[in-house]
Amino acid sequence: MTGPNADYTASELLTVSASRLLADGTVVFAGVGTPLLASALARATHAPGLTVVIEGGSIGLEVAPGNLPISTNEMRGARRAVALPSITQIFLYAQRGFFDYGFLGGAQIDPYGNINTSIIGAVERPRVRLPGSGGACDIACLCREILIVTRHERRRFVERLDFVTSPGQIDGGRGRRGAGLLFGRVTAVLTDLALMDFGGASGRMRVAALQPGAEPSQVKEQTGFDLEIASDARRLEPPTEGELRTLRGLDPSRVFL
Amino acid sequence: MPERSAITFVEARRRLEAKNKAPRDKRMPLAEAAALVRDGDHIAIGGCLYSRTPTLLLREVLRQRRRDVVLSRSLLCYEGELFLAAGACSEIVTSWVGIGLPWGLSRIVREFVEGGNARFEEWSHLAIGMRYHAAAMGVPFLPTLSMLGSDLRRTTGAKTMTCPFTGEQVCLVPALHPHVALIHVHRADPFGNAQIEGYPHMDADIAAAAQTVVLSAEEIVDPDEIRRTADRTVIPFFAVDAVVHAPFGAYPHEMYGLYDVDLDHIDAYAKRVAAEGVAGARAYLDEWVYGPETTDAYFGKFGVDRLERQRRAARDLIGRRT
Repeated sequence: MTGPNADYTASELLTVSASRLLADGTVVFAGVGTPLLASALARATHAPGLTVVIEGGSIGLEVAPGNLPISTNEMRGARRAVALPSITQIFLYAQRGFFDYGFLGGAQIDPYGNINTSIIGAVERPRVRLPGSGGACDIACLCREILIVTRHERRRFVERLDFVTSPGQIDGGRGRRGAGLLFGRVTAVLTDLALMDFGGASGRMRVAALQPGAEPSQVKEQTGFDLEIASDARRLEPPTEGELRTLRGLDPSRVFL
Repeated sequence: MPERSAITFVEARRRLEAKNKAPRDKRMPLAEAAALVRDGDHIAIGGCLYSRTPTLLLREVLRQRRRDVVLSRSLLCYEGELFLAAGACSEIVTSWVGIGLPWGLSRIVREFVEGGNARFEEWSHLAIGMRYHAAAMGVPFLPTLSMLGSDLRRTTGAKTMTCPFTGEQVCLVPALHPHVALIHVHRADPFGNAQIEGYPHMDADIAAAAQTVVLSAEEIVDPDEIRRTADRTVIPFFAVDAVVHAPFGAYPHEMYGLYDVDLDHIDAYAKRVAAEGVAGARAYLDEWVYGPETTDAYFGKFGVDRLERQRRAARDLIGRRT
């Protein structure tokens, strides 16, 4: 539970707030789990014209409530799709610029929204070998708006990464441009405690809004780097009953919630 | 740097020019087809994760106790763990390895890579695709806007260059010509013309990129049926060297429209590995790979009811398209 009187879980809060970031009439590149649930919820609520794409090669899928895909390339992810192109082609559509949003999670995130899902420790002899990029690096390089969605934990939000799998804002300022990334930027880092952006003068991550029930001290405590809180930080609206009902209907056995 | 076994695009082209491209019956038994894989080969695996994996072909390669192979795949599922645990492979080339979110990190890959006993060459998912695609196109590299600003560009040995037309920076990835591609399809004729339903994944590129292509197919059809539905053919016969009739050839992984992934089987494997590590994977090899001497004995362990249940599940999800 989040907050003393909340009747929703942290992952429900995260999924509902993620769904609200998606505008109607756009195209979202979603991974399985929270991103796909958030996308399906957005379609069922405020964004019926949202097109969902997954990297196994599915465009316009409509997931069946209670029968969500676990991988991005299985039959459940092809339900009512309008096209099933090759994996390479899906990413080439991203490179061409068709995808408005790309969702990312991450084992480690730094103050500039760079993400590590590859290696903890040294490259030649890792201390922890994580699963790797998959499509994450491609999403970070190629989508118009990158949305990082994750649980807010101190071990995740670290000052320095051992390895940059997926480039965020690089070092702030013109970092992406300097690396040759002409397009895209991280527009939101969303957690169960806060919504963060890079709108401040330093180019570092800062809190733009707090989740219901979350206190600034709690957010700072759960962040492994110095985190600025914007002077005009807002308070996000809690999930509505309707949103929660729809969301729970999508994943009734709580595979991902 | 790119994996040790890569064939240069010039050599790949010369070897291809020397091949017999006459249409001929390429059907052969599973063991004979799997024997086209040699020790030290780079094997590209078709399908993706637990979808359309050439499971029976991989099982036979393991049974023949191949050594020193390199595996590449878009997303590598637990077949990578089995090859590592079997001592068949110490180098994997992929963008991601694991089974899926609910199963967490691969304990086997962690043990081998963190222990310095295996190399995991990680590319982005598009970069792997572009490497196969470059090879399939017969060119030595392709540009992409991905991997710029990522440490993957540095660790893989991908290059950047300034575009000679626009002055913008691009990332270059080298062509990947596997020695062998193992691919499982819905149907093929005896010549190797192959059709896939559902997700095409990267298979058409892998087939064109590889030096030797071994196909297994759920169904072998008459060439006239292929000619009637030529728009569905994704791999033409001249890319193919061997055709194996292999119903349930991807099982326990899914085959689009035909049978669903057997998550109970995968769960049981994952639990064994979580509890026992490499020893658990070796016990699985003994029970499911080395143990059953024939394909029938292997499927007998699952049982007809189980296979029929998975067929029904697929029909409920998609239904046969044809």
